[in-house]
Amino acid sequence: MNRSRVLARRIAWALFTLLFVVVLNFFLFRVLPGDPARAGIRDPRLTREAQEAIRVRFGLDKPVINCFESLNPVKLGSCEVNPFETQFFIYIGNLLKGDLGISYHLNQPVADILRARLWNTVLLIGAGQILAIILGMGLGIAAAWKARTAIDYLALLGSLMAWSLPTFWLGIILLFWGSTDLGLPIGGKLTAGGSATNMVDEWIDLGRHMILPTLTYTIVFLGEYMLIMRSTLLDVLSEDYILTAKAKGLSTFQILKDHALQNAMLPMVTLIALNLGFTVAGAIQIESVFSWPGLGGAIYEAVVRRDYPMLQGAFLWIAIAVIAANLIADLLYSTLDPRVEAG
Amino acid sequence: MSKATMQPEPDSPILEVTDLRKLFPVKKVRLFGAKDRFVHAVDGVSFQVGHGEVLALVGESGCGKSTLALTLMGLEKPTSGDILFEGDSLASQNSRGLKTWRRHIQMVFQDPYESLNPLMTIGDIVAEPLVVHGIAPNREEREARVIRALEDSGLKPATEYLHRLPHELSGGQRQRVVIAGALVLEPTVLLADEPVSMLDVSIRAEILNLLADLRQKRGISILFITHDMGTIAHFADRIAVMYLGRIVEIGQTLEVLSNPQHPYTKALLSVVPVPNPRLRRERIILQGETPNPIDLPSGCRFHPRCPVAFEQCPVVDPRLLSIGDQDEIPHAAACLLVNAESQPVP
Repeated sequence: MNRSRVLARRIAWALFTLLFVVVLNFFLFRVLPGDPARAGIRDPRLTREAQEAIRVRFGLDKPVINCFESLNPVKLGSCEVNPFETQFFIYIGNLLKGDLGISYHLNQPVADILRARLWNTVLLIGAGQILAIILGMGLGIAAAWKARTAIDYLALLGSLMAWSLPTFWLGIILLFWGSTDLGLPIGGKLTAGGSATNMVDEWIDLGRHMILPTLTYTIVFLGEYMLIMRSTLLDVLSEDYILTAKAKGLSTFQILKDHALQNAMLPMVTLIALNLGFTVAGAIQIESVFSWPGLGGAIYEAVVRRDYPMLQGAFLWIAIAVIAANLIADLLYSTLDPRVEAG
Repeated sequence: MSKATMQPEPDSPILEVTDLRKLFPVKKVRLFGAKDRFVHAVDGVSFQVGHGEVLALVGESGCGKSTLALTLMGLEKPTSGDILFEGDSLASQNSRGLKTWRRHIQMVFQDPYESLNPLMTIGDIVAEPLVVHGIAPNREEREARVIRALEDSGLKPATEYLHRLPHELSGGQRQRVVIAGALVLEPTVLLADEPVSMLDVSIRAEILNLLADLRQKRGISILFITHDMGTIAHFADRIAVMYLGRIVEIGQTLEVLSNPQHPYTKALLSVVPVPNPRLRRERIILQGETPNPIDLPSGCRFHPRCPVAFEQCPVVDPRLLSIGDQDEIPHAAACLLVNAESQPVP
């Protein structure tokens, strides 16, 4: 099978998965306990007319799908309704236009809010992930190379501890320490009513705000990368072709560089891709602790306020990110490992 | 190590092993200062390999054959004893000397399915030793040598194989790649650690013939490690039988096969299948398991399983002594029954 056909098939599968997620995502919020209409309109003092007006504004007056007025509780409606007048098809139609609906709480288009939040998350989590990957892999390589020495045991102990620390707890401790002893800002992305007059000052301000959350994120994820890197590398190092390489006269460094790392990278690529996919979801705990205006924080607020359109939009974005990351990992795999062909 | 003589010199062996020992400490929780315990993988082995000679090392699994090979490659550090290659001692090599050592002594590993890096092409695998040792630095020359090694190993036309990956080849082809990877450095000694045990019977003969050819054409000395008596009669000049880390019998192939002296050798030979069904012979089936190489039996280490053991055996540890008249190539065995009227090996 040639490469472009494999590529086309992988992409087709990804699109199919995405379609499935879209449908599931839509119905998920309509079978959840609590009527979306009532979630949006909680004030009992509103008049009937006002309530009705809100229902119309959010399109909740229409049946969920043909023959069903509402899925929760299941209310049979008329099957005479034009299917394209139902919530489901209106949602799909809007989705194709890039419209994710209007937030119940903020009364703004969900797509706009998410877009603004997304870049903040990518900035924070991206920095954290890159640091965690580099440091974790480096530490894992060092530990595997010096297996069963003090370096190995220290790295192992440290990584296990870092991995098992509760994120929010570590965040609070670092926040406490950083803000009192180092004078770092306690939260947010930029100093409110900032005095920054030029770009450079603004960047410095941003950097100071990022230090603590990035550090927390790095520590939490570093352990996982280190442990996986160490164990896969140790696995590879016990293979016969490593002994063969040694018998051919390669030095330890050459063996590590030319034989071991390449083979050990495969599980790492999977892990990195999976983690990157969930990066878009943001680290809800970290963003909450540090009041970082990212997606994670937005999801948390939406849950608290039962802002269904917001959640539905965020879930869709997360799904897209995870599917895309997996697709990239798949394609990367076939370049890293020449044995992988048509799957 | 600089003299790369291809001419057989019967007087000076190319490889000389003297009283080699390799013990592995056994890690265990110690209470009240228990003694350090060791696995006696190789326990006082001495032998020589001549120029262009094929020496077969036979023994059952776990008798220390592979450890011996790894020690000869400098991949395991001997506990005591020494190895001389062309008169150079392994013990005196620094890391650079060790690299040169590995250029002259190459090893073919047992499992061709595991000993090739799955992500590298055949061409890269075979070329790698040249790159590492800085031989044939220019591309064309290197490729020419790779092709020559592949063709010498029986992969023809070699250009067909250069860009293929290990998983595309059969077991026999892979083992040929492994052999090509060893040959490309043009070593003078080849250690073959059960090179055919993982292969189909139909392919074994081809690989064995290939090794025999290489000895003929290039004058390579081969130490051929096997647990299969049947495969060695073909082309080994001499046989050394190993039991629990020691050589118990050594001698010319025909001599050992037709006139085995040590009870262990006799037992091994008695179970080699004979093609002629009318030719029945008595099989000697050894009783019991191979003793634990940590707690070795006293005296002769074969005595608990020996069918002809007598009262002296658990007490006296027999030495490897030559038998009968002194020919040029001595036949020696380590057994009290045999050694009654024998003299020490010169």
